[in-house]
Amino acid sequence: MKPQTDRTGNKMGMWLFLYTEIILFGGLFVLYAVYFDRYTEDFIAGAKELDRVFGVVNTIILLVSSFFVAASITAVRKAHDRIALAGLWGALACGAVFLVNKYIEWGHKIEHGIYPGSEKLLDSAGGQNLFFGLYYVITGLHGIHIIIGMTLLGVSLVLVHRQKITAQKDALLENCGLYWHLVDLVWIFIFPLFYLVV
Amino acid sequence: MEHQSCIFEYRTLGLVLAALLIMTAVTVGASYIDLGWVNIWIALMIASIKAGLVLVVFMHLKFEGRAVILSFLSTVFFLAVMIGFIFWDVGFR
Amino acid sequence: MESVKSFYETPSPAGFTGIWSWLITFDHKRIALMYLYAILFWFILAVLLGGVIRLELMFEGKTFLRPELYNSAFTLHGVIMIFLFIIPALPAVFGNFFLPIQIGTDDVYFPKLNLLSWYLYMAGGVVAVVSLFSDGFPDTGWTFYVPFSISTNTNVSTAVFAAFILGFSSMLTGLNFITTIHKMRAKTMGWLQLPLFTWSLYATAWVQLLATPVVTITLVLVMIERYFNVGLFDPSRGGDPILYQHLFWMYSHPAVYIMILPGMGVISEIIPVFARKSIFGYKAIVASSLAIAIAGSLVWAHHMYTSGMSDTAVFVFSLLTFVVAIPSAIKVFSWVATLYKGAIEMTPPLFLSLCFIYLFSVGGLTGLVLGAPGPNIHVHDTHFVVAHFHCTMFGGTGFAFFAALHYWWPKMFGRMYDFKKAYIAAVLVTGGFMFHYVPMFILGLQGMPRRYFDYLPQYAPGNFFAGFGALFMIAGIGLMMVNLFASLARQRTVPPDPWGGVTLEWTVPSPPPLHNFEKDPDIPDYPYDFSKIVAAGSGSRPKGA
Repeated sequence: MKPQTDRTGNKMGMWLFLYTEIILFGGLFVLYAVYFDRYTEDFIAGAKELDRVFGVVNTIILLVSSFFVAASITAVRKAHDRIALAGLWGALACGAVFLVNKYIEWGHKIEHGIYPGSEKLLDSAGGQNLFFGLYYVITGLHGIHIIIGMTLLGVSLVLVHRQKITAQKDALLENCGLYWHLVDLVWIFIFPLFYLVV
Repeated sequence: MEHQSCIFEYRTLGLVLAALLIMTAVTVGASYIDLGWVNIWIALMIASIKAGLVLVVFMHLKFEGRAVILSFLSTVFFLAVMIGFIFWDVGFR
Repeated sequence: MESVKSFYETPSPAGFTGIWSWLITFDHKRIALMYLYAILFWFILAVLLGGVIRLELMFEGKTFLRPELYNSAFTLHGVIMIFLFIIPALPAVFGNFFLPIQIGTDDVYFPKLNLLSWYLYMAGGVVAVVSLFSDGFPDTGWTFYVPFSISTNTNVSTAVFAAFILGFSSMLTGLNFITTIHKMRAKTMGWLQLPLFTWSLYATAWVQLLATPVVTITLVLVMIERYFNVGLFDPSRGGDPILYQHLFWMYSHPAVYIMILPGMGVISEIIPVFARKSIFGYKAIVASSLAIAIAGSLVWAHHMYTSGMSDTAVFVFSLLTFVVAIPSAIKVFSWVATLYKGAIEMTPPLFLSLCFIYLFSVGGLTGLVLGAPGPNIHVHDTHFVVAHFHCTMFGGTGFAFFAALHYWWPKMFGRMYDFKKAYIAAVLVTGGFMFHYVPMFILGLQGMPRRYFDYLPQYAPGNFFAGFGALFMIAGIGLMMVNLFASLARQRTVPPDPWGGVTLEWTVPSPPPLHNFEKDPDIPDYPYDFSKIVAAGSGSRPKGA
């Protein structure tokens, strides 16, 4: 019997992996839901302390980067290599800007004495501590995913450049793209839950 | 061969991006109107619609087979159970 | 027949010999065997640790362990048995080996990922060992409950990290199996022609995939709390320790179905073969596997009746817990109905399966006692729970593992073991099991708490007897292993179908060739049609070596 050569399952495998990521973040959203329910006032006060501008800008950046990735997949399918490369570069740049923003934002908060275990949080009401605790844990985990996603996009970029990813063989790019979109997806929920609660 | 038939044109992708950005504006705007507990649900609803767009268009869920679509919905269902059932406890303490 | 080389003689990828032909192989059968050896190592180690615990408890007061060492011993026993033995045992060993063969294909969908899963498994084991020799192994029990797991000075972080890595291994195995079943089934094999073991692996894989990330994030949170002190579970800072328990059991209750479902699949394979009769209620068994996987994910909080959660939750989760009993009972009835009026051929795998049905039923029924909040409050955290858990997990999954070993051993190694010794070992293990756990049920009802180093004088006789039972069990397990491995010294003489089985693995040589099938397999319309075997008569009666 000859080895099988059916390769259509790669994408399915990636989807299955994405489910695990959804549930991974889901565990944290469980905590968010319960604590939001219990400390609604504190959470609203906490959200007011976060800078909306950073939130909005980062949301726009990630949405645009997702568009870039989706466009580069379309481009690879149409054999528009230059557009594909431009799209991936664009997405990578967006990711980098996102991280820089996050760095500045975290830096501001830490300067103001708001970080896990800080005296200000130890003295504050329980709900405030939890809001910022969750903020750091969730956005931190999300940030790690951004870095992983950028690595994957970088690999795809190199492979597109070397003609290893082509219209006939684009499963890897598609899978990296799926991962990147998932990171965006998670942010779509993080944004209102942390920056917009009133 | 199957590839050519199931891709979105740049234009479609651009329109979706525009829709996503508009919805971001809407959700930010909505947060300035104080509706009490309704606010969070509005925000979550808009977020879900945005997520749906990303899934269906950017992530090509539209072109996936039944297995992926069903299993994705089951994952969301399981997540809903995780969050929902915990309120049997914390909602009634 | 002789012309076909087995997978032992044809390494994959080709060209590597000796140890390398194993360590970098993509062949699902070799990976399965590597899992087998690693898992057996951990199993024996944890059995001996269990023996040490019972030996310590045989006599009142300190016997030979310090209390801290006792705490570490039961934690280590739990962690190894759960994360390194029971969760991977059936899917990783027998699933890997037989799933592709049962669906008529040559390998799993992602062979490299499969090897990666094995390395992650080994890495998890190594990290667990490292935590043993650094700051002392955790004394938290395998559940790592907060706040103790955050405040204790023992090396919880490393042990938790080990569980984290093992979780990844389990998740990737599940991912691989689901894709394999969807995409690599023989072209003519429909969903309702899958063998029941494959079906059970499919249901299990979904639970592995969807539940494991919950424990991953939970364990990550324990590490974050230990290093950064966020206070997410600290009541003095607004947190809620009960939420940790919710998150933990959101995984760990479904995890017991990760453990038992493949075991039920094994039994569903063995019973019809030796009853020479089609399985009773094929579709009902398939449906109940899926029902267990789904309903089992909705009942996690029944571990927490006394934790201080709301009474409403106690009511709801108790109700749902009773619902899970239904699909499990459907399976037991189907097995018994299959045996009814069958032409029963007694063999060691069947004998072990019968022990499984009995012991698992005891475990399942005592589970109902625990699922009801009233009695639960009386026996919560007593030896009753320990005995119940071991009846389902050891009497269930453990025996299914033994049965699978005896059933598929000739296929995997091409050699038959001695039947008489196998029966003696099975009787010893089962007898020892009863001697061991029945006293523990009684001790629990009398109120002896679990995980305690010492006890009141009134519990002395029960603990003494339980210790005796443990010795018999260990002796039985030892004999079973010796008997199985002694067979490896013999010649490979086993025909393709030594038992009279009809699923696809019995149509290929024992051991199978590298790509499993020499030519495309004929897929039977129904995987449990024994008419040809029955027509062949008693000439095909299985014989021991």
